[in-house]
Amino acid sequence: MNRIEKLFSEKKNNILSIYFTAGYPKLDATNIILDSLQKYGADMVEIGMPYSDPLADGPVIQHSSMVALQNGFTIKSLFKQLNACRDNLNLPLILMGYLNPVLQYGIEKFCIAAQNSGIDGIILPDLPMSVYEKEYSSLFEKYNLHFIFLVTPETSEERIRKMDAISNGFIYAVSSSSITGVEKDIAAQENYFKRLEGMKLKNPVLIGFGIKDNYSFSSACMHAMGAIIGTAYVKSIEDSVNIEEDTKKFLNSILKPAAIL
Amino acid sequence: MGEKDIARQSPNVARMKMLGAEVVPALSGSKTLKDATNEAIRDWINNPEDTHYIIGSVVGPHPYPDMVARFQSVISSEIRKQLKDKTGSELPSYVIACLGGGSNAAGAFYHFLDEESVRLIAVEAAGEGINSGRSAATTRLGTPGIFHGSKSLVMQTEDGQVIEPHSISAGLDYPGIGPMHAHLFESKRALFMSATDEEALESAFELARLEGIIPALESAHALFILNKINFKINDVVVVNLSGRGDKDMDTYMKYINS
Repeated sequence: MNRIEKLFSEKKNNILSIYFTAGYPKLDATNIILDSLQKYGADMVEIGMPYSDPLADGPVIQHSSMVALQNGFTIKSLFKQLNACRDNLNLPLILMGYLNPVLQYGIEKFCIAAQNSGIDGIILPDLPMSVYEKEYSSLFEKYNLHFIFLVTPETSEERIRKMDAISNGFIYAVSSSSITGVEKDIAAQENYFKRLEGMKLKNPVLIGFGIKDNYSFSSACMHAMGAIIGTAYVKSIEDSVNIEEDTKKFLNSILKPAAIL
Repeated sequence: MGEKDIARQSPNVARMKMLGAEVVPALSGSKTLKDATNEAIRDWINNPEDTHYIIGSVVGPHPYPDMVARFQSVISSEIRKQLKDKTGSELPSYVIACLGGGSNAAGAFYHFLDEESVRLIAVEAAGEGINSGRSAATTRLGTPGIFHGSKSLVMQTEDGQVIEPHSISAGLDYPGIGPMHAHLFESKRALFMSATDEEALESAFELARLEGIIPALESAHALFILNKINFKINDVVVVNLSGRGDKDMDTYMKYINS
């Protein structure tokens, strides 16, 4: 069973997925970040593959991507790191990035390496649905990789239903129309979240973008099975000298007050 | 507009402001055309309800390259009309245009694409030399990739990371070309040549002194090629002088004083 499905079958609410940029703040930080995230309460991890021109990202992830590339990040080096640490991890892992670096790596080669490294899902926001369906879906399915689509408040119901039908894993609901790290109040998006809930999709929904603290995490969890945090976590390990400690602190700040409730 | 481009062609910025535009500097990356395009797309992502994205070059996601090529095609439709008056034929022997993303070249070529007797020449910016590490000659340095939403030739590392281009001219300082031009390159319908920063500067001064016309630095790249081709005496050659040089006066004065 794909670990993403396993997670959603075992846990029904307050699922926390954390994004980080691979190769940042140090090229070899991947293993300690993954270990710490698992140890201190993340349920799932999205590993960002840095790209020189991250169109959907705000300044924080633009910066982490640039630093990671300067550190010498390559997809090849990431797979090596993952192969070394996957056995110690039981949480689902997702690779997130932009299409071009994956295309240059070679799509099938990428899928094979991802499967061998224990990857469960792929997010490529700039791969259009129609192209995915025509050219890529059979390949991802062959290697048991769930392809996760993003929807925004602007996405039509017809398109959301189509994405739901042709994908597995979960639906990534972008909390507002924005790039990553933009401060829009997610409580103002209640109508949109209710519309998604009302659609009774086959896939669970996780809410991401703009989730940065216990309040926004809890708000998101009222309308979905969980939420995704990226920018706020990446920021919290900027210049970190003790990633495990900083990750612990960060996850506590997201999860603790919720546990008291 | 990229912060660097705002500085190097400030008269264009002044003109836009006078016409009522707010000009926001793009501060990310190399602070040039590539990054201005990134920032424009990011702004569009942030404000989809009330913003319509427009781009001036034949790059970006479909249908923008096609739309811009059609708008720009007024250039070749006017060339045909004016040539008919001057020479009796609508068809020149050559059309020469500079190529960054490729909007003016697309427009100048458009109504000649199916006229096989017309030779099309696109001139890219070699910057400080094609192999200098500071160049924007995409057909010489690029490989197929996806950039700004379309598949075309892109200057990139083998890992698919975009390489920062260089050209003295803001409009040619771009690491890709529109998909239509990649097709013209692969199908050999057009000939792709290049001019360096230095060669473009010399050509701009040559035109100024011979004709009293001050060309944009971009267009000066196209002019340079005139010395590189052995034309026949009866050849009709059209060079698309796509922009005026007022905006590049700072760069021209630095060159003259150096």
